[in-house]
Amino acid sequence: MSATDTELLQAVDSPAQTLAPGRAIAPARTDVRVAAPAREFVRFTRLYRTLHACMIISFITLALTGMSLKFSYTGWAAKLSHLLGGFETAGYVHRFAALIMFGTVVAHITGLIKQKRHGGSTWKAILLGPNTMLPTKRDWHDFVGTVKWFLGRGPRPEYGRWTYWEKFDYFAVFWGIIVIGSTGLTLWFPVFFTRFLPGPFINVATIIHSDEALLATGFIFTVHFFNTHLRPEKFPMDTVIFTGHMPVAELKRDKPREYASLVASGELEQHLEEPQPEIVVKAIRMFAWTALAIGFSVVVWIVYAMVFAYR
Amino acid sequence: MTTKRAGRTVSLYIDQKRFGGSVHSSLQCTSCHADLDGKDLPHEVPLAKVNCGSCHSDEAQQHAKSLHGRAIARGDALAPRCVNCHGNHDILPVKDPRSTVAPLKVPFVCGQCHREGTPVQANRDIGQHNILENYSESIHGEGLLKKGLVVAANCASCHTAHSILPHTDSKSSIARQNIATTCTKCHANIEQVHRKTIRGELWEKQAHALPACVDCHQPHKVRNVFYAQGMADADCMRCHANGQLKAADGRPMQVNLTEVAGSRHVKVACSQCHSEVNASRVRPCETITKKVDCTACHEEIGQQYQRSTHGLLHAKGDSNAPFCKDCHGTHHVLGKHDPDSRTFPTNVPDVCARCHREGQKAALRYTGSEHEIIGRYNESIHGKGLLKSGLTVTATCTSCHTAHREQPASNPESTVNKTNVPDTCGSCHHGIQEQFMQSVHSPTQTRTDKPLPTCNDCHTAHSINRTDRDQFKLGIMSTCGRCHEKIAESYFETYHGKVSRLGYTKTAKCYDCHGAHDVRRISDPQSRLSRTNVVSTCRKCHADATRRFAGYLTHATHHDPQKYPWLYWTFWGMTGLLVGTFTFSGLHTLLWLPRAFQMRRELREAEAKEAAEDEGPASPSGASPPEGGR
Repeated sequence: MSATDTELLQAVDSPAQTLAPGRAIAPARTDVRVAAPAREFVRFTRLYRTLHACMIISFITLALTGMSLKFSYTGWAAKLSHLLGGFETAGYVHRFAALIMFGTVVAHITGLIKQKRHGGSTWKAILLGPNTMLPTKRDWHDFVGTVKWFLGRGPRPEYGRWTYWEKFDYFAVFWGIIVIGSTGLTLWFPVFFTRFLPGPFINVATIIHSDEALLATGFIFTVHFFNTHLRPEKFPMDTVIFTGHMPVAELKRDKPREYASLVASGELEQHLEEPQPEIVVKAIRMFAWTALAIGFSVVVWIVYAMVFAYR
Repeated sequence: MTTKRAGRTVSLYIDQKRFGGSVHSSLQCTSCHADLDGKDLPHEVPLAKVNCGSCHSDEAQQHAKSLHGRAIARGDALAPRCVNCHGNHDILPVKDPRSTVAPLKVPFVCGQCHREGTPVQANRDIGQHNILENYSESIHGEGLLKKGLVVAANCASCHTAHSILPHTDSKSSIARQNIATTCTKCHANIEQVHRKTIRGELWEKQAHALPACVDCHQPHKVRNVFYAQGMADADCMRCHANGQLKAADGRPMQVNLTEVAGSRHVKVACSQCHSEVNASRVRPCETITKKVDCTACHEEIGQQYQRSTHGLLHAKGDSNAPFCKDCHGTHHVLGKHDPDSRTFPTNVPDVCARCHREGQKAALRYTGSEHEIIGRYNESIHGKGLLKSGLTVTATCTSCHTAHREQPASNPESTVNKTNVPDTCGSCHHGIQEQFMQSVHSPTQTRTDKPLPTCNDCHTAHSINRTDRDQFKLGIMSTCGRCHEKIAESYFETYHGKVSRLGYTKTAKCYDCHGAHDVRRISDPQSRLSRTNVVSTCRKCHADATRRFAGYLTHATHHDPQKYPWLYWTFWGMTGLLVGTFTFSGLHTLLWLPRAFQMRRELREAEAKEAAEDEGPASPSGASPPEGGR
């Protein structure tokens, strides 16, 4: 962390570059009538909502098909494997889901590039701006402040657009995809990889792939679920990642620094939109609940497999 | 010189020359015609009968006691005296071929009376008929009469010359108990030839319990290839044809001769099995004291049986022990190749099941580990092959346990003893046995005090499965794992093992890499996993496998830091990462919870307050939301 970070963080009053993921919003329908029902802040663009949905589908698919092999010693694994059409089909499904996830990564990166081009910004501005996804000194202060707040030794820190735990989640996914993806490819094409790697590396890759996947699923289905959906103040569900929208009051409460910055720059109005139609929200909730339910089931299964049936 | 005797003119001429050539030429006339001694000529007629016994006292005594002698004593005019057989003035030495009692002539001498059409044969109670014809066609008669073998048995060889007695007389040379002695005068070592049929020592000890020679080799019709019925079955059937005939204990005693006629024993007479009969009794069977003992003929099988568990129990008098007839039946014994036979392969499981089915007497007293054997056999590859596919060459109970020397597996002589199982299975699965004997599991290849597996350790004894069935394929890992515990455990940590555990067979299992019966040490160049073969073994599934690919650790475990440090440290590194991450984020979450609840409470309070203030539409976010806990 350098001084520039702090400067950038403090530069909330300057016209926001709004170039971090999810912020490349065209000033859509800013002239909406005042009488309209409470307009909402758009936190995630359609692209990122779609990518997150793709992540959910591919991640859960990968988790289920993968765990059915990892925990093959539990009766559930065999049942699940049969349900998925046998280990071979499960394998094909697993690889297909992996391709979706790789696709998600590619789409995300190209999305970033496009965003940079359209916004006419520089990489430096994106990566080092106030809305950066990269960890900053401010995040460290936020973290320390948060722990203090947890312990009743201080106020709740004024979080910016991306809190430190959101950044952690974000990079955890990157890390996970790189680690699990690379070892997964090794296991997918063992003959190719053993042309330049020793045979036992396949064994090593298996351990890394499987344990990192355990970490990923365990983390996503507990910590991530809690942080973003199940925190008592959000309970039962924070749908922002699905609808892309959040009430302005919530923005003000949860991301005060971002809110202040937007108000100061007078750009807040540009980021407000009509709420999603009721039916869309309903569908989104059903999808999200299903994903949550599967996620929790997998957690229960992992706990059962690791604690009660471990061999 | 002639005389009249019974109305016929009889010549009294004595040929001096012939007398001079006879054995008695040195004797005086009066030596025999003693009543002429000291008398003047012409002497009185008729002369008294010559008493040959004055010189031949032994023969005379024998004759007197014989059938013939007693008939003479009774005054039977047909009874032969010395002269009838030997002649009178022209008696030649027995050794002289011209003698009337020379071996070649004996059948004719006896035949004078004992041939069809003679008064003796017609009027006296002679048990046999066509004696002379039968004899002349018999092996003895042929030898004597056609081949001129003077040592071949003639009438006197069996009946003796002078002590001729009926076979019912215990002193008779042809009495049942003496027949063996009589025959063995010539057939001295017959018990060695008949070893397969008759236990040797019985010839001496229990001749009465044996079938007599004549039971198989009929008197007068003796041919070595021709066994006809001995004691007449008709005699038995006189009583036993009666449907009302019951034993003292109420058992029906009727015998259906057609059963016997259709059986393997069609040429065996009643009395050959039901020995101890005494034909001189009104009820010849009243002398029977023992049950039918098949070993009199089936000697070798009898010896096997005696050493078997069945036989040992039977010897102890155990009522559960099966005896011959319990498996083979009685009168309707059929060969094992007859589909109607109880011992035909497809019927064998049923025969054994009568005692060995769960709940039956043999199963009840059995204390070993094999249970439900009949049901499991029926579902096994052998059982299905035999009973469903009707393959009579399929192994049935007796194929492995043998028919007559079944012994517990613990007995080293048993065919199902560990050491003999490869031979037993190999009697059909020969090629497999050859492979097995060269494998690491064979005691010829591996010297160890640990138990080596044999066929049934992997295939089981009675529930032998088809090896191309999933059940067998998936079970093989735990089967091998019974001995190779660690290696099987680590197999299940690999991809192959996990797929198997899920219940799929399309992955490498023990035998796919190591071979099934030809498992060899990896150091053995012929092993499928030797340096030269391992790549082609991998290629069975991974078509483009390379040498380095084969370096994949198929039994890797991350629990062994010495053997697999890479895996060990990778695992613990990953575990550390997991534990660290979860501890950190878990703590973070737990600490967060109280604050989050607090925030929720304040939020709800604010909402309630806002609602009470009767909505101010200007600020959609309501009154100042809580800015965090204090």
